[in-house]
Order: sequence, then C-alpha cells, then structure tokens
Amino acid sequence: FALYFFLPPPAKYGGRHTVTLIPGDGIGPELLNHVREVFRFSCVPVDFEVVHVNSALETEEDINNAITAIRRNGVALKGNIETKHTMPPSVKSRNNLLRTSLDLYANVMHCQSLPGVQTRHQNIDIMIIRENTEGEYSSLEHENVPGVVESLKIITRNNSLRIAEYAFRLAREKGRRRVTAVHKANIMKLGDGLFLQCCREVASGYPDITFDSMIVDNTTMQLVSKPQQFDVMVMPNLYGNVVSNVCAGLVGGPGLVPGANYGRDYAVFETATRNTGKSIADKNIANPTAMLLAGCMMLDHLKLHDHASSIRNAIFTTMNENRLHTADIGGQGTTSEVVQSVMRIIQSKGQLTAEF
Amino acid sequence: MGSPAAEPQHGGENRQKNHLVFGSCSRYLQLWHGDDQRQRNSDVRVVGVVQRNQMRSQFTVPTVEPAAQNQLTLGGAVRRPALSSASFSRGMQTVTLIPGDGIGPEISTAVMKIFEAAKAPIRWEERNVTAIKGPGGRWMIPPDAKESMDRSKIGLKGPLKTPIAAGHPSMNLLLRKTFDLYANVRPCVSIEGYKTPYTDVNLVTIRENTEGEYSGIEHVIVDGVVQSIKLITENASRRIAEYAFEYARNNQRSSVTAVHKANIMRMSDGLFLRKCREVAENYKDVKFTEMYLDTVCLNMVQDPTQFDVLVMPNLYGDILSDLCAGLIGGLGVTPSGNIGANGVAIFESVHGTAPDIAGLDLANPTALLLSAVMMLRHMGLHDYGNKIQTACFDTIRDKKVLTKDLGGNSKCSEFTADICRRVQDLD
Repeated sequence: FALYFFLPPPAKYGGRHTVTLIPGDGIGPELLNHVREVFRFSCVPVDFEVVHVNSALETEEDINNAITAIRRNGVALKGNIETKHTMPPSVKSRNNLLRTSLDLYANVMHCQSLPGVQTRHQNIDIMIIRENTEGEYSSLEHENVPGVVESLKIITRNNSLRIAEYAFRLAREKGRRRVTAVHKANIMKLGDGLFLQCCREVASGYPDITFDSMIVDNTTMQLVSKPQQFDVMVMPNLYGNVVSNVCAGLVGGPGLVPGANYGRDYAVFETATRNTGKSIADKNIANPTAMLLAGCMMLDHLKLHDHASSIRNAIFTTMNENRLHTADIGGQGTTSEVVQSVMRIIQSKGQLTAEF
Repeated sequence: MGSPAAEPQHGGENRQKNHLVFGSCSRYLQLWHGDDQRQRNSDVRVVGVVQRNQMRSQFTVPTVEPAAQNQLTLGGAVRRPALSSASFSRGMQTVTLIPGDGIGPEISTAVMKIFEAAKAPIRWEERNVTAIKGPGGRWMIPPDAKESMDRSKIGLKGPLKTPIAAGHPSMNLLLRKTFDLYANVRPCVSIEGYKTPYTDVNLVTIRENTEGEYSGIEHVIVDGVVQSIKLITENASRRIAEYAFEYARNNQRSSVTAVHKANIMRMSDGLFLRKCREVAENYKDVKFTEMYLDTVCLNMVQDPTQFDVLVMPNLYGDILSDLCAGLIGGLGVTPSGNIGANGVAIFESVHGTAPDIAGLDLANPTALLLSAVMMLRHMGLHDYGNKIQTACFDTIRDKKVLTKDLGGNSKCSEFTADICRRVQDLD
C-alpha cells in the first residue's frame, strides 16, 4: 500500500536492503525468527538489524535507539512491545512513542475472508485506514484535583486532512468505490465534527468515489450483522482500534491479518491487532501467518515483488489448500509445521532457495 | 387496575407504624449485612430504594432515616425481602410510563396490554417528557413527570426523538442528568427463533453513564486544533464498579470483566481500573478480570460465550453495548435499564422512534417488552417477568406472527395478541 509519490525510494547498499527488526515481547521474537528463516531460505536480499527494546526499563534509551535505527534504515518490522501499566504514568507506551516520533500517521489494514478459514461471515473485504498519531492516544493526562483525571483527545485539521487524503488516494489506486468515515460527531461535536468536515472536504475532490459516514456504535452493529457492506473505512485513532479488532475477529482472528504503519519517510510493519500474546509465547502454537504476511508487505514496499508474491502464495496455499491450521483457527498444527510447509512450497516452485 | 392487595392492610397498626417501619428497616439492614445465605437467596433481588410511600397501603410511612438510607442505597443495589414474607402489602406498584414519540405510544400500549393479560400488579402512570424552560432559563423536564418519577422510582420509557436545532439538549440527556442515571445495564441474550450468526450469547454490559468521553467538554485551542476532555473521577468509577459487582452477585453471574485501555490512557483508565480492583476485594465470590478494549472486541466477535458481566467507562460502553446488541439481533430486540442514585431506575427501549412506521401498527414491541421484564425482575416480581418473557420468546420461536423486522409480516396488534394469549395459557 505504499504510495510511491509519498515516500522516497529506500536505500540500497550492494543490492541488499537493511531493515530494522524489533523483536518485542511475547510471541514477537519467535515469529520474527520464523520470518527471518523464511527470508533466508528464499534468498531474499534483506539484512535485518536487530534492536532489542526492554519494556521493563523505565528509561527511554532503548526505544530511542530503535527509533534512530529506523530513521537510518527507513523500514522496520516489529513485534509488539508490552506496556506494563503498573509502572508510573510517565512511562509511556513504547509502541505509541515509536509511532508518534516517526510520524507514522496512517495505519492500514486489509481484512479479507480467506477461503480456507471457517468464519461466521463470508466475503468480507474491508480496508481500514486509521489515524495513528493523535486522537485519544495523545497521552496527555493530568489530575487537577485528587480523584479527578482529565485525558485530552486532540484532533487537528492538518492530521485529519492528511489521513483523509491518504484514504482517498489509496481507494482510488486500489479501485475501491466507497469510503466510509467512522465518527461520533453527535456527541463530540467539535472534535469528531472537525474530522468529519475534513473528510468531506477531501471527498469533494474525488467525485468518482462515494463518501458516507457512520456513527461508531452503529458501525460495530453493522459489522457483526452485515460486514459485506463496507469497502474502505477511515477513522480517528480509538475507533480505529475498535473497528480494526472487530474486523480482524470477523475474518478469523489476530493471527491472520498483517498491518502497516506508513509515514512520510518511514514505514513500519507488524501484525494488525498488535497483540503481545504472552499466554501463548514459546509454546510453538502461535499463528505465523500475520507476521509472515507483514513481511511480505514489507517486501512489496521495498519493491521486491517477486519474493513477496512467492512467499504470499505459499502461505495461502498452506492455509487454503493444505488446510494446515494452527490452534487459533481451529486446527492442530504447530507454528514450525506451518513455516516448514511454507518453505517446502516455495522450494517446489523452483526458485532459488538455500538449504533447509 | 387489578384487585386490591390480598394481604390484610396494616392500617390498624397505625400507632405502631414507626415501630413497624424501623423494625422492617432493621430487617433490611440484617439482610444487607447479615446472613450471606439469605443474600444469595434467589427470591431476594435488586430493587429500588426503600421508599415505602410508594406502597398503596393505608398508613403513611415516613421515609427511611438518612443513615440507613445511605447504607441501603449503596451502589444503587438494594435488597428487598421476598414479597411473601414482607410486612407491607403486596399491592399495586406504580410505574411511571413515558410512551415517547413515533412508535412509542403503540408499543407502550402493547406492553400495557400484555401486562394486563399477565395480571401483573403494576399501575401505570403515563407522563410526557418534553423539554420546558424552567426558572433561570435552564431546560428541564416537566415537573409532574419528575414528581411522578420521584414517587414511583421506577420508570419505563419508549423512544424519544432528539430534535435537531431545537435549542435544548436531547431528552435522554436531560433525564440522565435529572435523575443521575449513572449505570446503563444492557443484558444481551440470544433469542431463540431470531437467528443471528451468533448463538449462545449471554452477557451483560454495564456502562458508566455520566462522565468519561461524553462529558461534552470541548475547546478549540487554536484554529484547526480541537481538544475534547475525557473525565474520569474516583467516585463515579467506584460507584459503577460497586453496582456491577452487586448486579453480578444478585443475578448469579460468575465473573466481572473490566474493559479499559490503560496501556494508552494510563492515568484515566488506570484510575478506573484501580477502583474496580479495590471494589473487587470486597466481592471475593465474583471473579474479577481485566481486559483491553481491543482484546475484548477481538474475542467478542469470535467467541462471545467467554464473557459474562462487562463493566467499563462511557465510550467503550457505548461501542461495546451496541456491538453486543448487534450480536443478538439489533436494537429492536435489546432491553436496557438505567440505574440512578436514590434508587431510581428507568428501563427503556434503545431503538429509534421510527417515524416512517409510526401509527401503522407495524412496530415491534419486543425491546420495550423485554425492558419491562427487566423492570419486573428489578422490582422482585420474577414470576411475572419469567412468564411474560417465556411467552414472548415462544411467540418469536414459533415464527407464526412475527412483525416485519423479525422476518414476518404480521401487525403489532397480532403479535401482541399472540403473546397475551400465551401468557394467559401459561397461568
């Protein structure tokens, strides 16, 4: 989903790209190891620069190192960094810090029903574009009077215009017919009202695309009864969180959907629902699909389309034809079995591969 | 409406009335603080506050003394002993009925008819709530409506239309502010016979209704930058947590889950979470878990059976309660109750006024009916509540006389008549 005119071409030294890798916590490290294994096996010309971020520390040195590394390389692949909310409120969420420092303003997630996965709803194909830096996630809170906490939600005209532009350009590029803005402007008249107004302004410049709006609670109700009616959805930060998780659940769970965070100069790829998965870490039962597909999205961003499509096809073949599923989608496979199957299929297609 | 109380009135004991009152009052305290066995008795239910002047008995009863009242109205959940052993009459209880706009009057009539068929001891007092400008220029609800509500403490409300640009805030907001309706309770149970992709849903969302993101405080800082303030206070969080645990205990629910986003909104949701944890300490019999909002959403659409009672601040509650309503079939079949301070409880249907079908006898009264059933349970009249609910579900399961939104093409009156018939058959 990289919009080519927005981002400068990534740097290339000796024909190989360098990508920052942030393992994170929970299932992040093991899944990213699998991604590296698959890339090595398929001879993908990508080198990973691993930067560890320790979520237990209170200093921000780790995350600043990571941010510097991403600024240097331009592209990153990351697992989710846990936020322990037993720590004092001055210790902000590391993931949030990363997104705001690098100004990764657009979170893009593409939910589509996979034929091999059994779900209650079929034929879902929704693209969710979520504002990633402001809104409720501004982390501006204070306690004026003991026992009364105020949290600020900031909506700015610039950011709303920016995300609306992104949404419409992406819709046009992908040939989508309809963009829906999700909001709660009946209650938050000024804040979400501004967001809606910006979306309308941008929509007027794209007459070929239908624009409508829907209140967030109605949206969730419609999503669980008739999700096929949605095409592209654009929304501020918190509603984006809710809607993207609902859609991920509708297509089969957090293990299937990759997500991408795009900024003007940088791009960071991760799973769409940003789960740490502490309870299933190191048990070899996590679903590697989301992280592998995120890796493929990264390869597309680096314009290594052949590698991206071969890995993606292998993943979909494993999922839809071989029906090798992990526990979260109702199967009995382990993570390593799925990854082995993916690698076997890549090899069988006859491309250049390393040894197993 | 209906027959006078069967039990003998205690009018002859007028001179002893104070003693009687305080005697029963201490009985309440005993039930509240005392034997745990009693508290879990299924006959004892959450009801409104002990205002015995709502009883149609012959002696006038002074209100409960303030100290006791504070204890009794703690968290808005109060016990009343089972009616068979009550020392006051099993008479008609007054309920303020607000028909509302659009399809409101017809569905209210339907509900009244069904209650009549069930011979429920309810006396309806119809009131209208249109905003009027009170002294000082503040908008308020008509004083007779307020007085009726204060007296009866229980209300049933149909859909109210929110006029745009009428100059006054929405009626729902006014009602909420007038009676300090701090908890919105929405039990979501799958209806057999109304097929949705989700079966076996059985959860309750309890949403804080006064503050949070809906405080309405917004400013334009500079041109192009807007800030909305989300307010979380200790008192409100504690109050809603206490209500949630009381509800769970009274309705035999096994767990309460607090929904939050404390990883991002550290201080505000952190405060909410801390209060929930503190209150959970006093309710060791109910399991307490906490879950992030996104995880709840994710799991809700995959497997809603893992949730029981959910408690959360305003915005998440709004989104989640509508999500759960969507799971069971939409707002046309979802009941809802608002619990306020001082024992006031208003039960309502949350759908719109549907002006396009108003007056055409096409409306579906299920939402209002199920809210009325919730109201009966709240008042302790479980038998009537179960009877009416069974009749309603049987009618829907039978699929012979369904209204248009449920998939049939019968009229509202036919649907109502069918339920009335079943109710009478169940007797």
